[in-house]
Amino acid sequence: MDQPADPKRRRTLIAATSALGAVGVGFVAVPFIASMNPSAKARAAGAPVQADVSKLEDGALLRVKYRGQPVWIVNRTDKMLAALPTNDPKLVDPNSTVPHQPEYCQNPTRSIKPKYFVAIGICTHLGCSPTYRPEFAPDDLGPDWKGGWHCPCHGSKFDLAGRVLKNVPAPTNLWVPKYQYINDTTILIGEDKGAA
Amino acid sequence: MSSDSANAQPAPGGFLGWLDKRFPVIDTWNEHLAQYYAPKNMGFWAFFGSLALVVLVLQIVTGLFLAMSYKPSATEAFASVEYIMRDVDWGWLIRYMHSTGASFFFILVYLHMFRGLMWGSYKKPRELLWMIGVVIYLAMMATAFFGYLLPWGQMSYWGAQVIVNLFSAVPGIGESLSTWVRGDYVISDATLNRFYAFHFLLPFILVGLVFVHIVALHRVGSTNPDGIEIKKGPKGNKWSDTAPADGIPFHPYYTVKDIMGLVAFAAIFSAVVFFTPDFHHLFLEAPNFQPADPLKTPPHIAPVWYFTPYYAMLRAVPPIAASQFPGVVVMFAAILILFFLPWLDRSPVRSMRYKGILSKIFLAAFAVSFVVLAYLGLQPASELHTLLSQIFTVVYFSFFLLMPIYTKLEKTKPVPERVTT
Repeated sequence: MDQPADPKRRRTLIAATSALGAVGVGFVAVPFIASMNPSAKARAAGAPVQADVSKLEDGALLRVKYRGQPVWIVNRTDKMLAALPTNDPKLVDPNSTVPHQPEYCQNPTRSIKPKYFVAIGICTHLGCSPTYRPEFAPDDLGPDWKGGWHCPCHGSKFDLAGRVLKNVPAPTNLWVPKYQYINDTTILIGEDKGAA
Repeated sequence: MSSDSANAQPAPGGFLGWLDKRFPVIDTWNEHLAQYYAPKNMGFWAFFGSLALVVLVLQIVTGLFLAMSYKPSATEAFASVEYIMRDVDWGWLIRYMHSTGASFFFILVYLHMFRGLMWGSYKKPRELLWMIGVVIYLAMMATAFFGYLLPWGQMSYWGAQVIVNLFSAVPGIGESLSTWVRGDYVISDATLNRFYAFHFLLPFILVGLVFVHIVALHRVGSTNPDGIEIKKGPKGNKWSDTAPADGIPFHPYYTVKDIMGLVAFAAIFSAVVFFTPDFHHLFLEAPNFQPADPLKTPPHIAPVWYFTPYYAMLRAVPPIAASQFPGVVVMFAAILILFFLPWLDRSPVRSMRYKGILSKIFLAAFAVSFVVLAYLGLQPASELHTLLSQIFTVVYFSFFLLMPIYTKLEKTKPVPERVTT
């Protein structure tokens, strides 16, 4: 205590105290930042949902809510299915190489049964829900349009297998969720145990 | 300021004297109003800063009263806004003042910023003043964005969905970042609650920033349409021998002038509030009169008009390497580039009056591009609109990026010694 102040020693002590204080602030920040993550309740809310497609007319679209998001189920007609391969040259990823679907849906129709197409109805660009445009060659989408989805927000286009067209803002195909058939006309979305 | 300065006056008695011994009432009043000397030639364009301050106060007051009747919950929010509109006495007026005030706040701030560009208000020694202003602008945008979710209408919901998803474009951490912002995997009750909390907090941070902005302004002094530094000119005016000759006390001269401006502004503002509060669906968009539906995006969504220039830029940039991140970067760069403006301008003169023809052309092109992009951002996506957005995005950025070149190249006019009128 009798010794004169040592400025170097003092600076070291100030630096050490500040560093320790900063570490303390960092630790205290953790619970606050973590509290903004989805709560246990929100995390648990992803229960699978069932959809009955027996009354779904040809070409019609059914919207089901799963994890707060729209899931589409489309009953594709033979004409629609026949048109799918003809879209291939216009697509970014015609063979669905980007794993945006379960393995059992990495096929030309991106579905378990060709007829029924199941997808998460959220644009892979910025999360709008694209509009269903099943008609062929409408005025606004041009003569090459063979049914699909058009996103109202930024103009992304997808075909009837949820595959993204070239030169639109969306970078990838639509997501296909896990799903399985409980019986011929009932689909369970969000679970695929025992399915193939 | 110490009381032994040249223009010190005898200490007052009475209550003011009692108070002044305990709090520097008189010094503060003098430093910022009665003895703050502003250039005598600040004209029409100087109105907008003080008007923006008035609107900030209006937003806080109306917002406080709306908060007394609003419920920040996904099941009740939409209905509680309708409750304010129909059942709360004068609730409709308070809400329309708040929604109209938000749009007018941006109109005033855009005019205030344009004034800064014309007068060269960002140039040395006002770099920090300008940058604090840009921070205020960012805080305003955040406040407006958080607030827009609260009515829980279709546009609220899908607008928030798009903006929050911008974060998920960040490579690597994007997905978990946007989930953290939402507090859920989709925009939900949790998101609404936190946005409400931030919407309530941010205006007070804005007040703090505006305070810092004004303190910084009073350190460097106000500039004027001539861009002449009155502090460097001759000294001595009617009120003080040491004050700039071209300066006049802010109070009463500019307080009275600004009150006159406020009266004119209040007339226009009231006309919108009473006759066309949705302003042809620009201030309140049509889809927001429907409750939020997470399963269905409205056929055409667009942000509120004050965000649309940046939204048009976002849409103009195509994905690169299967990522929409470049578009997001361009959009944020359009705002953040404002921070660098003080160092991009290499002109020896401050005001547009004495700059050359190139600066004038580029400023005009910039203003046009901002308005055109705002229009394009409101329109549905189409190939023509995308092409136009791309062209005007280039125009927008060339104003900034070419500035070091054209401000150096052009021939400037001589700046007079004293301010003109």
